Amino acid sequence: MNIPRLLWLGLAGIFAAGVPVSRGIGDESRVHLAVAPGSDLVQARCAICHSLDYIPMNSPFLTHAAWEAEVRKMIKVMGAPVTEPEVAPIVDYLTAHYGAE
Amino acid sequence: MTTRRILLQATARGLALAATGLLGRNAWADLPRGANEAAELGALPGKKPLLRRSFRPPNYETPSEYFNDVITPNERFFVRWHLANIPQIDARTWRLAVGGDAATQELQLSLDQLQHDFEPAELVAVCQCSGNRRGFSDPHVPGVQWGTGAMGNARWRGARLKDILARAGVRKDTVEVAFNGADRAPLDATPAFVKSIPAWKALDDNTLIAYEMNGAPLPHWNGFPARVVVPGWTATYWMKQVSVIRALAQPLTSYWMNTAYRMPKGKFPVVDRFVSQESETSTPITEILVNSLITQPADGARLAAGSPVVVSGLAWDGGAGVRRVEVSTDGGRTWNTAELGPDLGRFSFRPWTYHFTPATPGGRLIMARASNAQGTTQPSELIFNPPGYHNNVVQKIAVEIA
Repeated sequence: MNIPRLLWLGLAGIFAAGVPVSRGIGDESRVHLAVAPGSDLVQARCAICHSLDYIPMNSPFLTHAAWEAEVRKMIKVMGAPVTEPEVAPIVDYLTAHYGAE
Repeated sequence: MTTRRILLQATARGLALAATGLLGRNAWADLPRGANEAAELGALPGKKPLLRRSFRPPNYETPSEYFNDVITPNERFFVRWHLANIPQIDARTWRLAVGGDAATQELQLSLDQLQHDFEPAELVAVCQCSGNRRGFSDPHVPGVQWGTGAMGNARWRGARLKDILARAGVRKDTVEVAFNGADRAPLDATPAFVKSIPAWKALDDNTLIAYEMNGAPLPHWNGFPARVVVPGWTATYWMKQVSVIRALAQPLTSYWMNTAYRMPKGKFPVVDRFVSQESETSTPITEILVNSLITQPADGARLAAGSPVVVSGLAWDGGAGVRRVEVSTDGGRTWNTAELGPDLGRFSFRPWTYHFTPATPGGRLIMARASNAQGTTQPSELIFNPPGYHNNVVQKIAVEIA
């Protein structure tokens, strides 16, 4: 292994900031959302179609109205099986833990 | 973001670097905090580590150090999917169905036929996600929070789409050519990811059904065994695992055309039009806007006063061709012309370099801006749009001269 390669690996270690390098697509169980009222519902509905890292990735900048627009888009456009009474607890949870500061 | 705020940040960053002694970089400083915390290097099967934005569907971007080369290696090429069920394709049984209401024949092409029944064509072209750099939008907008790496440049080899369409007896009343891939959503209720391009673009000599990328079969995650290559246009049209091509006499009706990947008319300095999909107020995204990336020095680098510095990077556009790259080493007060490197074709990344010697210590902002053959230059202020497309605002790299 030549020196530039070693240097690169060292820099890569700094970029990764100590986080493990995952192997494969199946590690998403390592994504943990804040445990609070609504988190079970969010997990049950949202994770049907996508990993839950989409939520922290889109934080913390969405207002209550913006999170509601996202949830309603998932229902109306993407066909997410979320009932009307489930919308408020999901949006409240997302706003409380991943909403705009 | 204002220059003043950047300078303050640069100073703070310089102090932080001095305090820790780390030779680090902080290229993602402007991403949402949650996006920075969630991202990590991860390797999909068959790929080398990329910066993961999401597990499922897999969205991974190319770390910026791989843009020191003009061609992006296949195993480091970014990965972007809309729908989570991505089948493993068996090349022996895969078929490409070609037809549509504006075609006179239905074809079922095997990979072998695609490779041997049509004259191969080869070109270098940038594949760039419409939302590349969305994460830098100010204010932030929802979506995959891409940094600078939802793009790559490869040498594509394949059959010309126009030759395939000719074999299917495409009629003159063809308005659009539509594509579907083998990917599927977990729910039947989710709209299939289908896209179309105007007939004129489908019949362009450069539009390919590619089965090779940089001299090798396409990686699974980049669309094996074949994908659409639409040089100059954003990657939303570059259908991966393409399985259906249809010549249409009427515009395609699809969420992914009629609602998504659209922008207000007149918002951006685009030239290519997609008339059959335009509404009174909005248009589908078309060609890539002129843009550039500084790859050296790294953001946050410490440089020595009195020593020569090489500023280098890449520039690209939607196929008009890069004509000029200018570099500022004083936060945009003065600009100097960079030297352009080898030209691999008008759809390719174009490397550039600029040399200077900083005389005095202190924080500096290095900037680059590219212009193309149509006379379009990168803007100094972000052209904000809610979907976060076409972010080609001039970048600022902060360095500390010691």
